[in-house]
Amino acid sequence: MSDEGRPLVAVLDYGSGNVRSVVRAVERAGARVELTADRSVTERADGLLVPGVGAFAACMHGLRGADGVGLIERRLIANRPVLGICVGMQILFGEGIEHGVRTEGCGEWPGTVERLQAPVVPHMGWNTVAPPQDSTMFAGIEEEHFYFVHSYGVRRWELGNPTGVVGPVPADAQVDTPLRRPLVTWTEHGGDHVVAAVEHGPLWATQFHPEKSGDAGRRLLENWIATL
Amino acid sequence: MSVAVRVIPCLDVDAGRVVKGVNFVDLVDAGDPVEMARVYDDAGADELTFLDITASSGSRETTYDVVSTTAEEVFIPLTVGGGVRTVDDVDRLLRAGADKVGINTAAIARPEVIAEIAHRFGNQVLVLSVDARRAPAHGEGAQPSGFEVTTHGGRRSAGIDAVEWVRRADELGVGEVLLNSMDADGTRDGYDLEMIRAVRSVTQVPLVASGGAGRLEHFAPAVEAGADAVLAASVFHFGVLTIEQVKQTLRAAGHRVR
Repeated sequence: MSDEGRPLVAVLDYGSGNVRSVVRAVERAGARVELTADRSVTERADGLLVPGVGAFAACMHGLRGADGVGLIERRLIANRPVLGICVGMQILFGEGIEHGVRTEGCGEWPGTVERLQAPVVPHMGWNTVAPPQDSTMFAGIEEEHFYFVHSYGVRRWELGNPTGVVGPVPADAQVDTPLRRPLVTWTEHGGDHVVAAVEHGPLWATQFHPEKSGDAGRRLLENWIATL
Repeated sequence: MSVAVRVIPCLDVDAGRVVKGVNFVDLVDAGDPVEMARVYDDAGADELTFLDITASSGSRETTYDVVSTTAEEVFIPLTVGGGVRTVDDVDRLLRAGADKVGINTAAIARPEVIAEIAHRFGNQVLVLSVDARRAPAHGEGAQPSGFEVTTHGGRRSAGIDAVEWVRRADELGVGEVLLNSMDADGTRDGYDLEMIRAVRSVTQVPLVASGGAGRLEHFAPAVEAGADAVLAASVFHFGVLTIEQVKQTLRAAGHRVR
């Protein structure tokens, strides 16, 4: 396929550490990729990928410095796809609590990123997930393993009553619009239920690393690129 | 659902070349780390570990090149250890494409470097590599746990208790422990299960068992003793066992594998 036929993915460059693998994995899955913080590219690209490693607070600090919060907001209003990976997913939630310090997130979804409650932490390695039946993200790879490495996560989904619920949802949760029903995919580690992925209109996110998840990760990125 | 037991081949890399025999058919170049990484990825390895045994600092540049080329070609996690001393070393390896970095001697010499690295990059990138061996429980050179830390490839005692060292490193901020038994290393007589149990009891981070793997029946007991991952080098390189065989054996013993 010619360069012009492939969608353009902007990988947001905001100092979140190594992004080489993400860039290569997205290329391998069939998109053109630019690693950039240039607004003319990040706003117009067919897809925006928000990577993230390390601490929630440090990522939010970097994101704010690169106008990332506003960028994500402007893209979503225009119905333009955004994919957050690992801490790039976590910062989409309301807040993160690390070492007792509370940091405000982007607030696209209510919820708290908090320390996992399992015998072995970090949750490190390959795990299966429980996607809802109508998931586009996991189409054809429902039974596969994906590579996780994290000590914090979202252990309680607080927005509406999504399909595929495994983890706890509060009884008084507000009902979400049926037009943009969030699809929440859970995983389990050492008895703890954690959000593994979310598909919600143009906003997708994964706690695991598709770029490190071999062929399964490649299929997932292909599924995303196919929506661009 | 629960996280799968990881099976990890370890490659010794010297000045950009894989050393120790690698006995696979259809290899264009068994000494090329990228080619080997690809082969192990295809064979079902859950992760790869490169141990950089390059002696001269001048050849370190080739290590960064090898890591970056591998990270661009192979889409499973990559850990790199050997010769890592400073926060800057970790930074360079992560930028080159390593997912995790192993630290050993430098942390023994100056434990604070663990906290410095964890603070900068998060503890999930940092693997404490411990070369440990049995020590007398009483008398000269005794250690309370019966295990001591060694340096120089197991030839010298570091004079510290291995279990206590892991407990301290956990507090300082490592994200994983690679526990290598210097007594078992190279024997193919099985992992040191007592050592795995002793270390498991003092840390919450994932534990990788290393040293002694020789037969299929060695792997499940290591997991049952508390290992989250099993690492081996020679049995895979010489084609004695395949990764798939190890996984089948683990699966048959009731453990989750990918």
